[in-house]
Amino acid sequence: MAAGRNDIRTYRGFGTVTYLCLFILYAPLIVVAVYSFNASRSITIWEGVSLAWYRDVFTGPESAKFKQAAINSFSIAAIAATLSTMIALSAATALVRGGRFGLRTLSFGLISLPLMVPEIVTAVATLIFFSAIGFTRGYLTILAAHIAFCIPFAYMPISARMQGIEESYEQAAMDLYATRGQAFRRVLLPMMMPGIVSGFLLAFIISLDDFIITNFVKGAGVETLPTAIFGAVKQGIRPNIMAISTMLLAVSILMVTISYFVSKSDDAR
Amino acid sequence: MQDNATYAVDIRSAVKRFGSFTALDRVSLSIRDNEFFTLLGPSGCGKTTLLRLIAGFEDVTEGEILLFGEEIETLPPHQRPVNTVFQNYALFPKMTVEENVMFGVEMRGARRSEARRRAGEMLELVRLERFAGRRPAQLSGGQQQRVALARALAPQPKVLLLDEPLSALDLKLRKAMQMELKSIQRETGITFIFVTHDQEEALTMSDRIAVMSEGRVQQMGEAREIYERPHNMFVADFIGDTNLLDVTVDRIEDGRAICHIGGGHVLTCDAVDGIGAGAQVHMSIRPERLVLSDEALGAESLAGTVVDNVFIGTDIQSMIQLENGPRFAVRTSNSDRGARRIFAPGAQAFVNAEPGAARLLID
Repeated sequence: MAAGRNDIRTYRGFGTVTYLCLFILYAPLIVVAVYSFNASRSITIWEGVSLAWYRDVFTGPESAKFKQAAINSFSIAAIAATLSTMIALSAATALVRGGRFGLRTLSFGLISLPLMVPEIVTAVATLIFFSAIGFTRGYLTILAAHIAFCIPFAYMPISARMQGIEESYEQAAMDLYATRGQAFRRVLLPMMMPGIVSGFLLAFIISLDDFIITNFVKGAGVETLPTAIFGAVKQGIRPNIMAISTMLLAVSILMVTISYFVSKSDDAR
Repeated sequence: MQDNATYAVDIRSAVKRFGSFTALDRVSLSIRDNEFFTLLGPSGCGKTTLLRLIAGFEDVTEGEILLFGEEIETLPPHQRPVNTVFQNYALFPKMTVEENVMFGVEMRGARRSEARRRAGEMLELVRLERFAGRRPAQLSGGQQQRVALARALAPQPKVLLLDEPLSALDLKLRKAMQMELKSIQRETGITFIFVTHDQEEALTMSDRIAVMSEGRVQQMGEAREIYERPHNMFVADFIGDTNLLDVTVDRIEDGRAICHIGGGHVLTCDAVDGIGAGAQVHMSIRPERLVLSDEALGAESLAGTVVDNVFIGTDIQSMIQLENGPRFAVRTSNSDRGARRIFAPGAQAFVNAEPGAARLLID
C-alpha cells in the first residue's frame, strides 16, 4: 500500500522512536541469548560458540539446585494454572451468565482488583496472612499464593470469550431438550475452549515467572526458578544464568505462540 | 372446558413485566393445531417476548400457557415439546451440520443410530443431504437457515416457533424460503408460530395473523380479513398502504355512516358498532380500491386535481388533491392500463371508491 499523506510513517522522527523502543526492549534479551552460547567464563568477552553453559546447567555444580527449582516452578505453575483456570471459569460463568444480580459489578471489581494492587503489597499481605494462621512456609504456601494471584489473569480471556458468545446458543441447546449442564458441556464449553486455553497459558506463565510474592511466601530451602536465579546472581553473574534465562524465554515464547495459534484456528472455525 | 385440548397453544391473560416495563399486557390467544399462525408487529411490540414465553426462555409474570391442554408455563425449556428456529440460527459452530440436527433427537433419549437416521430425513426435507459433514460456518446464510429449520423439526416438536427466521436473507431468497416454509408446514402438519415485522411476509404465509402493538393484540384473524377489515388505526396503517382520513360522522342511515371528509366532501361506508353521529374518527381506504375517472361516475365521485404519478413496478400510484379537502393515493395496476387512464399531473379527475372500500376505524 502506498504511503499516503496521513500515513504515520511520514511523521518526522517516527522511525527513530520506533527503532529506539525496539532496541531498548529487545537488545538485552538478545545479548543474554547470544552470550548464553559463549565459550568464555566471562559474561562480556566473546570466545566462540559453545553449549558448555547449557551443559553446566544440567550437570554442573549448581545443577541439583536448579533441577529442584525447575521441578518446583513447573509443578506449581501447572497446578496453579489448572486450579485458577477452573475457578476463573466458574466465576466467569456466574458473572457473565448469572443474570443481573445486585453485587455483579462489585464482584467483577473484586476479581480484577489484584491486577492493580502493587505486587509488593500483595506479597506482604499474603506473608502476614500465612503467619497469622500459622501456616508453615514452604511449597504449599507458594502454591496457594500462586493459585490466588493467577485467578484474575485466567479470568480475563475466559470472561472476554464468554461475553462474545450469545446466549442463544445455550438457549438453543436447552430448547432441544438439553439440561443446563448438558448445554454447558456440549455447546458452551467447546466454544469457550480458546478462551480457556489462553487463560490457562497466561496463568501458567505468570506463575512460572513470579518472583516478588514467591520470594516472600517461600520457606527456607524451597526455591523456584526465579528465586534460584536471583540467589545465584547475588553471588555474581555466571554464564549458566544466561543459559537458564534463555531456556525460560524459549518456554514463554512457545506458550505465547501456542496461545496465538489456538485463538487463530478458532477464527477460521 | 373440553375444547382446550383442541388448541395447540392457548395463552390466557399472559402478562410479562421487566421491572416497571410491561412487555405483554394481558394477551390471550388460541392457536389451533396444524395452523400457520403469525405474530406480526413492529419491533418492541412484544411478539418475540410472547414467543420466548412459549419456548420457556422467559417466565410469565401472570397468566397461563397451555400446550394441547396442559399447563407448561412453569416448565423449563428442555421439558417443553416445542422447538425454536432462532433469528440468528444459533447453530452450534463446533458441530457438523448432521450433529446439529441430531442434537435434539439424542437429547430426547434416542439412540445415536436413530438420531442419525432422523437427521438424514430432515436434511433431505430441506435438501441439504450433501452438506451433512460440513461446519455451519461453511454454509451460506440460506443454507444455515435450512439447517436451523431441520434441527428444530428433527425431534418432532408439537409446535414449532420461528423468530424472524428470514430477516437476514436477501429478498429473492426470502421469497423462496417463504414458499418452502409454507410447504414444509403443510407436509409435516406441525403447528407453526411465526414472528415477523414484515406485513407482506405475514399476509403471504399465514393461516391466521395476530397483529400486535405495545404489548397487546390489536386484531386477530385471517390475512384477508385483517387486510380488508382492519379494526383500528394501528392495524390499518401497519398492514399495507392506505389512505387514512380524519372524518366526522354526520348521521347513520340503514346501517350506513355518512361522513364528512373535509372541504364539503362526503363519503358513505358501513356503520361500525360504537361509532355514532357526531363522532370524529378515522377512515381507511386502500389505494388499489380507488378508481380515477374523467367524469363523475356516481353521487360520491370526488373531484380533484392530479398532483403526481409515481411508477412502483406493478402499479402506478397517483396523488389526487381534493379541493379544500384531503389528498388521496390511488393505485392503478399496470396490467389495467388498457382499460384505465393515467392522468397527467395538473389534470382534473374524479376519485371513486369501490363498494365496501372505505372502513371506519375504532381508534
